[in-house]
Order: sequence, then structure tokens, then C-alpha cells
Amino acid sequence: MLCKRIIPCLDIKDGRTVKGTNFVNLRDAGDPVELGALYAQQGADELVFLDITATVEKRKTLRELVNRIAHHINIPFTVGGGISSVDDVSALLQNGADKISVNTAAFKNPQLIQDLSKEFGSQCVVLAIDTRQEEDGEWYVYLNGGRTKTDARCFDWAKQAVDLGAGEILLTSMNHDGTKQGFALEITRKLATQLPVPVIASGGGGTMEHFVDVFEQSQADAALAASIFHFKEIAIPDLKGYLQQKQIAVRM
Amino acid sequence: MDLVIIKYNAGNIQSVLYALERIGVNAVVTDDVEQIQSAGKVIFPGVGEASSAMRYLKEHKLDTVIKNLQQPVLGICLGMQLMCAYSEENDTTCLGIFDEHVKKFTPKTGDLKVPQIGWNNIFNLKTKLFAGLPENSYCYFVHGYYAALGEHTIATADYVQPYSCALHKDNFYGVQFHPEKSAKTGELILKNFLSL
Repeated sequence: MLCKRIIPCLDIKDGRTVKGTNFVNLRDAGDPVELGALYAQQGADELVFLDITATVEKRKTLRELVNRIAHHINIPFTVGGGISSVDDVSALLQNGADKISVNTAAFKNPQLIQDLSKEFGSQCVVLAIDTRQEEDGEWYVYLNGGRTKTDARCFDWAKQAVDLGAGEILLTSMNHDGTKQGFALEITRKLATQLPVPVIASGGGGTMEHFVDVFEQSQADAALAASIFHFKEIAIPDLKGYLQQKQIAVRM
Repeated sequence: MDLVIIKYNAGNIQSVLYALERIGVNAVVTDDVEQIQSAGKVIFPGVGEASSAMRYLKEHKLDTVIKNLQQPVLGICLGMQLMCAYSEENDTTCLGIFDEHVKKFTPKTGDLKVPQIGWNNIFNLKTKLFAGLPENSYCYFVHGYYAALGEHTIATADYVQPYSCALHKDNFYGVQFHPEKSAKTGELILKNFLSL
């Protein structure tokens, strides 16, 4: 049976792992390669590395870092941050990345998704969406690491991206990110049940019960978290043991 | 004894190379026919689309070369599918090493997505390729097409229906999952292949 995936996310700034709350107040959380290797050893199913400085400062994701990660990690990993062309992706894959995630550049130029999926296959293209629920109750797409609001609805953009060839959706709720109050169950469920591709839920995981909720109630295919793993609040083996007890299929 | 990874237009070649490095083995990545033919063992990896990969292999005369290899050969993911007789992916005639046909996953209900992405258990394990592995070990899969069960099946996985996640005939082995990304389980399978 296909397992639900647990994915630690490492936000990278200047070569270090960092973590903030609601996308601000960054704290240092260690060396990304060491952390990644530790998570792989502990039973993480995949890793995501996001270069959070890349878009804003117009820098390319650090290819040397990706190469170092690839040498040490024996599970799949995704790299994101500032990717805006086929050449960017080609360079990352040549350095050992398995998938790439696109966000702002894909929104501004949706053709990018089509180009990437044609060139490298849909399985390689993860669309990351940062979304916030506004007072009108709607979920809107945000760009540039959560700094820029758009008028686009989260579901509409996700659907368009899947039609263009995105193979997975990484959905981060800005309302929930860093709060440890649980995942955004409703919007995650909408995407996970209405789109034909896997959905990775992100933002808000604070207890083991929150992971049960997002898998059972929202039918997410994977759940991503950062600070609870970085700051050792929940250990991956404990989390997976708990999920297994709750009859959720996980790789032990 | 040289280990060769076949270089062609469907690559996750770097991942395979690094995985081998982690278990202390150096491999040569090449599309040079003589080097492939004289290798001790050959890995035929692949992520991509069947018809364009087959077209590339034919253009570079690699189709005949691969079919006639005598040393142990391990096809991975698309590599395994290309070793089958036929793929529904763009109606492609493949190498025909295994008789099995490759079909598209067609789930009857909406809860299973295509492609299958993630970790699934493998069972009914046969041959030395899986020596030392417990039944229902987990491997990492990414694929929208599958090889049906057949006489060459040496491991089964279940997604939509039971299917061949590994095939074997003579000196040819193929695995649908990615041993290079399947943590310790994958490393053991690669080591087993290298000690065949």
C-alpha cells in the first residue's frame, strides 16, 4: 500500500537552515546537509530544501549545496527557490536534485510549468503555493515568500498549474505556518480530493494529532513540517509510530 | 571489473552515480558501445517518456547493444519498462527482453492518483537481487505506467492492482522503483546486484 509521506523542510538562507514564524523572525537551525542526513536516517520519506533568499535577492539556488546534499542523502529530495528557467532546473538535476519546486516565477509565467514538465516530466515539477485566507473567507495566492498578495484564488491557480503539467502541489497556509496550531484542513482537503496529483500539506503542524487530522480529514498525500523537527519537539520515528497506531499507512 | 551506467536522454543518472558512491563503488557513465559491451555489469537507468527514449536508443544503436548484453544488467524505472516488449505510453515497441507489457494505471476510484509517487511495499521477493530483504520492505516509486504480472516477475507491488515491480530473465534484471532513492533497502538491492 502506498504510504503517507512525512517531509521535513529545510529553509536555507546563506547556506544555513533557518526557521521563522508566519514567514518572518528567522532563527538559525543548523547545517542543512547534516540535518538532511539525520532526517533521512531517522526515516523521513523525502526532503525539501527551499532557498528562501533566492527570489528576493535574485540569486540562483546554491548548486554546490545541492550537490553536497545529493552525495549524502539516500532518499528523494526537492529543491526550490528562485527557479525561473529550464536551464536553472537542468543545473539542479545535474547536481543530483530529484524534483524542483517553482512558485513566484511560475505564477508570473505559467508557460514555465509546461516547459519544465515537457523537458523533465511532470513527476519532477512541484508547484509550491503560499496561500492566505482573507477576511472574505477566500484563499489567495501570495508571491515572493509571502510578501506580495495577488487576486488569484488558490484552487484556481493550483488547477491551472496541474493542467499545465505540475506533478505535485506543495500547499503552505500562511495563516497556519509557524503557529503549531494544526494544518489548514479545509483548503488542503479541497485540493487533495479535487486535483489528480498528490498534495503536500504544509504550515501549522505542531502535534502528532495534527498529522493524523491532515491525513484522515484532508486526505493529504504528504505532510511537511520544519520547526518541530529542527527543534526536536517531535522525533520522526515517534511520529511515524503514532500514525501507524492510528492505522495510517507509513513506512516504518 | 567495470560498472557502466548507460548514458542516454532519460536521466536520473547523477542520483544513481551518487548512490553507488555511497556504497563505495565507482561507475562510468557512457554511451560508448565498446565500453558498455566490455563492462562487468551494466545499469540502465531512466526517468522520462518511453517513445522518445526508445527513439534515442535506436538512433544511437543502443537498442541492439542492450538486448545482446551477456553480463548482469539492471534496468531502473523507465529502464525496466523499456526492457519489456511493449509500452502503452505513446504506443511504443520496446526492447522485448521481457515479454511483459507496460500499461497505464487506470484507477477505478478517485482516491488513487497517477502517477504513483512515494513509498510502497514489495513482496513475493525472488532471486538473489532481494537476498537479505524482508518481505514487504519499502521502496520509493514514481511512475504512471506499470508492467503486468508475468512469468518473469520476481517482486510484486500493489497499486490499483498487483503488478511487477521487478523482473528477471537470464542476465537481465529490472526494477520499477528507485533503489538509488530507497534508503537502506535500496542500498542493499544495489549491493546484491553488484555481487551477482
